[in-house]
Amino acid sequence: MITWPNFVSQLFNGLALGALLALIASGLTIIYGTLGVLNLAHGAMFMLGGYAGFAAYQASGSFVVAVVAGTLALLVVGLLMERVIVRHFYARPHEDQLLVTFGLAIVFVETVRWLFSSESKTVSPPAALAGITPLGFMMYPTYRLAVVGIVAVALLVLFLVLYRTRLGMIVRAGIEDAMMVDCLGINVDRVFMVVFGIGAMAAGFAGIVNAPIVSLTPEVGEAILVQTFVVVVIGGVGSFPGAVLGGLIAGEIISLTSMVNPGYAYVMLFAAMTLVLMIRPRGLLGAHGRE
Amino acid sequence: MGDHTSEARRAGRRQFLRTGVLLAGGLALPGLTRRVAAEDKPPIGTYPAGIQGNSVTIGIAVPRTGTYAEQGEDELKGWQLAVEHINGGHPLIREISPKTKKGVLGKELKVVVADSAAKPNDAVQAQQRFITEDKVILMTGSTSSAVAVAMNKLAQREKVLYVTGISGSNDTTGKDCVRYGFRQNFYGETAANAIGPVLLKAYGKGKKAAFMTPDYTYGHTVTKSVNDYLTKNGGWQMVTNQVSPLGAPDYSSYLTNIANSDAEILVNVNWGHDAVLSVQQAKQFGIIPRMKLVIPYQIPFLAKDVTAELTEGVYAATDFWWTLQDKYPLAKMFVEAFEKKYGYKPEWGAENAYMSFALWAEAVENAGTFYPPDVIKSYEAGRKLNSMVGEVYFRKEDHQLVRPVVIVRGKTPKQMRNKEDFWEVTEVVPGGPLMQKPDAFGCKLGDYT
Repeated sequence: MITWPNFVSQLFNGLALGALLALIASGLTIIYGTLGVLNLAHGAMFMLGGYAGFAAYQASGSFVVAVVAGTLALLVVGLLMERVIVRHFYARPHEDQLLVTFGLAIVFVETVRWLFSSESKTVSPPAALAGITPLGFMMYPTYRLAVVGIVAVALLVLFLVLYRTRLGMIVRAGIEDAMMVDCLGINVDRVFMVVFGIGAMAAGFAGIVNAPIVSLTPEVGEAILVQTFVVVVIGGVGSFPGAVLGGLIAGEIISLTSMVNPGYAYVMLFAAMTLVLMIRPRGLLGAHGRE
Repeated sequence: MGDHTSEARRAGRRQFLRTGVLLAGGLALPGLTRRVAAEDKPPIGTYPAGIQGNSVTIGIAVPRTGTYAEQGEDELKGWQLAVEHINGGHPLIREISPKTKKGVLGKELKVVVADSAAKPNDAVQAQQRFITEDKVILMTGSTSSAVAVAMNKLAQREKVLYVTGISGSNDTTGKDCVRYGFRQNFYGETAANAIGPVLLKAYGKGKKAAFMTPDYTYGHTVTKSVNDYLTKNGGWQMVTNQVSPLGAPDYSSYLTNIANSDAEILVNVNWGHDAVLSVQQAKQFGIIPRMKLVIPYQIPFLAKDVTAELTEGVYAATDFWWTLQDKYPLAKMFVEAFEKKYGYKPEWGAENAYMSFALWAEAVENAGTFYPPDVIKSYEAGRKLNSMVGEVYFRKEDHQLVRPVVIVRGKTPKQMRNKEDFWEVTEVVPGGPLMQKPDAFGCKLGDYT
């Protein structure tokens, strides 16, 4: 199946796949980078964003409303989760943090199953984006094209927040040296809460934007979580540019490997991660501050 | 004198006791001989520990979460209805198992249920627990052949009978068959041989096909059987085979390959939510309707989940579809009873589940005992059995039920007479000629004890 048109098509598809992974991974990585908490509920938050959006879509029939609702709902979930639960685990060992976020993921998934059942739910893209666009080398779903653009804008916004605002400066400083930031008299508590909210919001936004592509089930976040971790590890834990780079690399690996032998697409993804860990244990753009 | 009297009295009492014992023995005799016969059988597996009380327990490990959850729930309802019917002596059960009165050999059936998530490990662990704690005398469950094959091995090792849930791999009654496992439903080879001629007639010879295959025993054997048939008999060519893991989150890269191939037919072997997702995405990529979609191994609820627009004109092979009630009285009884209890028309997962318990009850009643080797021999006797799709029988060499395969074609939304009228039955293909020779897939059943 290695033909020139197919290669170009897969390259492009890898970009689309990677953009989405980059967005989800950036949420995961800034939370870890700032708070030091590896949030195993991140996949479940991606799923929650999808379902919150779906519920809004059912009620309103509008995709835009669904996206706004899915995103804001997860901002609230993130803020609450940080304030009520995660906050009490900053000082505790990593294992406890893993367990509590893993437990929350189960609670989220089963609650959604209880409310919406295991049957898959479909969110239709807006009518203007529902068709197919000829790209010359291939026919590509218009909505997926739009997602590349939507995600690019979202990543840009995240970038501006992180690199052009005072909050972003604190967050980045926190990733480099959290204790020093604390010593400088900055209210780390509130920053942490906001960062957790932003991370959750990124996952929720990705969840609802992705919903028309995949159709929702309560498990939709599980497979994504695994891939997101691979992305974060490849890109460098705690690094926002790393998450973007890692996402694109992962998307291309999955896409291009499946051109040669689809059975090995995910194997190659993990092989790439192993390789990166051997050569650059901190990941491609890993920050030096954190262990 | 006094001594004499007491001696005589004692003798008299002894005589009386002796008579009494004999009498009691005589009265108890029928029961006694039966008990002796039962105890003649050496303990094996959960026998006789599992049949001590007034009830016997069946262990069910079925996916209630994950990719196959929706189909698992449908199956579970089929088993639950069968248990209710067996315990109550429902007329439908007595059509299939004429000796059934209430329960099985007079014992009430109970079930214990676990979520397998379609993972072999989870299923085996749950059933192992059911064997130890509940002394289950029958196990079932699987909506994945990977689970069915693992359960087969557990059944043979623990000497506890296992009837498969949904399992489409050739291996389940092929190279991974066991003495303690039985399968009711159709599978890769019979699906291929049933749908193959239909496809050649509908689409002609020399076509190019793209396959989508889930990466485990079910996917590989179904794809092989279907492709073998089409290449040998119709000169078709497989231009690409897109193998994906169970539960893949996205099919775009696989579909990109297919879109860039010159395939005319898309044979989608994916199952459960994977099938839903890959069909929806094939539509998004414009592959449907550019290519003709074929579903060689029908997925319950597929048409409902992807909508009839995507399944219209699509050929699929299946175990059962509810409109068969127009042709088979037993199917009608089943569909009515099921719909009354659950509020929707049963899919083939429920039918398969129901039949597998009904046929087990039939085998046990005919054996007259729960002793597993005797039940197995009862299955292997090759009796003609009633089913919802006419007469069927178990093949003794590989424990596969010889049963028809149903060919359906998707209706257009306009043709549908009600919201569940997705498929039109075009053919009910007799099972015998569809099957490979019993040893063709390397089946060696193993020991009874």
